[in-house]
Amino acid sequence: MQTKRTIFPNKVLPYLLLVPQLAVTLVFFIWPALQAVKSSFEREDPFGFKTTFVWFENYRRLFADPNYLGSLSKTAVFATSVTVLAMSVSLLLAVAVSRVLRTSRLYTTLLVWPYAVAPVVVGVLWWFMFNPTIGIAPYILRGFGVDWNHRVDGVDAMLLVVMAASWKQISYNFLFFVAGLQSIPQSLIEAAAIDGAGPFKRFWTIVFPLLSPTTFFLLIININYAMFDTFGIIDATTQGGPAQATNVLVYKVYSDGFLGLNIGSSSAQSVILMIVVIALTAVQFRYVERRVQY
Amino acid sequence: MIENRPILAVLTHLVLILGVVIVVFPVYLAFVASTHGGGDFLRGLVPLLPGPNLFANYEFMLTEGLTTAGAPPLWIMLLNSLIIALVIATGKIFISILSAYAIVFFKFPFRMLAFWVIFITLMLPVEVRIMPTFKVVADLGLLNSYAGLTIPLIASATATFLFRQFFLTVPDELMEAARVDGAGPMKFFRDILLPLSRTNIAALFVILFIYGWVQYLWPLLVTTDSRYYTIVMGIKRLAATADAEPQWHLVMTAVMLAMLPPVLVVILMQRLFVKGLVETEK
Amino acid sequence: MASIDISAVKKIYAGNVTAIHNLDLTIPDGELVVLVGPSGCGKSTLLRMIAGLETITEGTVSIDEQVVNKKEPAERDIAMVFQNYALYPHMSVRGNLEYGLKNRGTPRDEIDRRVAEAARILEIEPFLDRRPRQLSGGQRQRVAMGRAIVRKPKAFLFDEPLSNLDAKLRGQMRIEIKRLQRSLKTTSVYVTHDQLEAMTLADRLVVMNAGRIEQVGAPIELYERPATLFVAGFIGSPPMNLIEVDYLRGRGDDLKLPEGTDLCGVRPDTIQVADPGEPSVRLDATIELYEPIGGESHLHLRLEGSGQLIVAAVPARTAVVEGATIPLFVRIADLHPFNRDSGRRTD
Repeated sequence: MQTKRTIFPNKVLPYLLLVPQLAVTLVFFIWPALQAVKSSFEREDPFGFKTTFVWFENYRRLFADPNYLGSLSKTAVFATSVTVLAMSVSLLLAVAVSRVLRTSRLYTTLLVWPYAVAPVVVGVLWWFMFNPTIGIAPYILRGFGVDWNHRVDGVDAMLLVVMAASWKQISYNFLFFVAGLQSIPQSLIEAAAIDGAGPFKRFWTIVFPLLSPTTFFLLIININYAMFDTFGIIDATTQGGPAQATNVLVYKVYSDGFLGLNIGSSSAQSVILMIVVIALTAVQFRYVERRVQY
Repeated sequence: MIENRPILAVLTHLVLILGVVIVVFPVYLAFVASTHGGGDFLRGLVPLLPGPNLFANYEFMLTEGLTTAGAPPLWIMLLNSLIIALVIATGKIFISILSAYAIVFFKFPFRMLAFWVIFITLMLPVEVRIMPTFKVVADLGLLNSYAGLTIPLIASATATFLFRQFFLTVPDELMEAARVDGAGPMKFFRDILLPLSRTNIAALFVILFIYGWVQYLWPLLVTTDSRYYTIVMGIKRLAATADAEPQWHLVMTAVMLAMLPPVLVVILMQRLFVKGLVETEK
Repeated sequence: MASIDISAVKKIYAGNVTAIHNLDLTIPDGELVVLVGPSGCGKSTLLRMIAGLETITEGTVSIDEQVVNKKEPAERDIAMVFQNYALYPHMSVRGNLEYGLKNRGTPRDEIDRRVAEAARILEIEPFLDRRPRQLSGGQRQRVAMGRAIVRKPKAFLFDEPLSNLDAKLRGQMRIEIKRLQRSLKTTSVYVTHDQLEAMTLADRLVVMNAGRIEQVGAPIELYERPATLFVAGFIGSPPMNLIEVDYLRGRGDDLKLPEGTDLCGVRPDTIQVADPGEPSVRLDATIELYEPIGGESHLHLRLEGSGQLIVAAVPARTAVVEGATIPLFVRIADLHPFNRDSGRRTD
């Protein structure tokens, strides 16, 4: 790993500099993670007096549990929808902003602030807008003959959390797409224009392919976001319901552990989630390496 | 733009305006709701234009709050959020800049190990190790304390990576010149490296302040004492009671107050915010 | 003021890469010694070992008769001028000049006096309160020099200080450095890969190659009597031509060369188009390219028989035409005899 050509010769100082970060990491990250791995192989009796080592029993049960399998597929639907929706809307907006000159800063300011809104607040905003009793959206939808009620209809509930989660992520994707578009040399686009390509053709044949590093990076980030950072949105809108319709993995870990008090199962779920994050991080790092060669 | 196509230009602005409307509308609704009295929500549809109760609602929530929901006045929650966001941002920057300094400017046994231990925190968001982390904090007696609310969130691989990345771009000769000029490691850090990192620190601070402010699950778990409620977690408690006994105007007042500080930070420090965001992820 | 002694110094990097082989060199008090060689020859490594920025694997470096192997750069009382200047970007010019003195606890009035003096000598007084990025390349270079001067160190170490400047400025700064060093009489070690810079600056020139010293001496000595084939090729522009002895035999007067000579060096400016009337060899060559460069002209020639390409530097208005085959003469006294296998001079 890289360091400086010359380095300070001190022997003890670097350890002292590392102590705060390593201490926090070991106590609040590594140790709990190991605990999770350990208790994922154990079962507590109902009174919490005794724990027994049960090998992969918790995992086996998990994958035999229709609720968990349901949660897996709900998570897949949710993450895919959020990623596609949030990325396509923000790409459209980023391309539009890159076409305007004087007003681009104003539009950017108006589009980026949702990044700073807490997920749970996002949830409350959308829950308010879609409230079946007084919300504006169900009122308008009724005009079109649609009866919106995410409290009883699982599809409505899923649509609601997807919209809310995408809304929050637009600002983030937008900024990265804008940065990606700015890094494409103007001369290439001018060359394409001289070669007779119109604006739409230019976008699909020149801009979009050259944007692929950004797109790929955002793909990973968005999947990650949808899987792990949307707890607050779910908690404020549907709380996993109705009938498990929006009970995605990260919400289920919480509800099984803290509400259901099923430590073994919750730990096994934690471990599976960790494996997912590790896989996503690995993919992301391969991408970083590849980008270097660009 | 290369060619002049008026229709496309109009379309471009239409797309952008539609985008802004989508982004702003939910917040507009919340703002309108926060300016009405409680009775205005009984007609079966939310009001769409601002009402007269703006100051009354905000004053009421800031000074008294919904005591029925077991929540303290909002100014306490806002203050807690501010304290926690500042401590988390400062703490993360402090420990990350030191560890990045150690990793880049020194060679020592177990350097790679230290790097990997820090790196691994990337893979363990609090949501996935929630139970055991809660247990550790409970065992340490840190429930219902500022320490318990902040310290577990302070370790940050991204901030360490950002500083490492930046330190690697600092020319080697600068450090060599400082050594020839008689500066030891801490003096070099204070006199040269820290001043050079100013912009990076500021940009990172903006991002981390927001990170700290929007925390929800963790404060929800480690605080039962309402004196430590943060505004973001407090809102959920307010909203939960509002569904049963609609006090929409007050809930939305709280929502506006919870959003305002970090959103203002983003808008007022847009340049630093964009720099911080785009660079921490590289 | 001090001499620098380098004794049996070795530098071995991790992975067993030897950068410096058992090197001995003495730099007398007050001299400006230039280390020159191609990139990777170890000249910078040697300089950085003197500075204390690189550890010494074996051997000793002494400054002012004190072994400094274990001393921090700051404790060696040396000053260094870096290739990219390494000015502290967040400090004013004055701040840059003062930093080293402050760290040493120099009294305030002494600092002010020294900074004022250095600024006067280097003519940077108008910029003292500016930041480095507001200065031109040449001005930054002066500030970097100033930072070295204010310290009044035992030795100046220069690490390719002029390579970031354009050609014209480089010429000017070269003269200034020489003048400054003459007046301060501070022992100086100067690293460069530019042989012209090396020739013009050096009191003594050290040519290095692959971690070893090829030759040490006054610049003109090295030009007139290169000890090795490497030095012969490195010093002088255009470089020395090397012609097989077998080719030269029987062309012109009798060759009496030392035992073991199989290659002869011929400086381009010793090749003549008219018979000098002294013992000489005669070469016949075709002119492939006639290159006028002002004060002289370069002929790119292909030797009859062997087809080897050589270069001759002749007076500017020599009347020749491209494509013609002409006779050329080299005095036997101007031949530099070498042995190919040892790479060394044979006389």
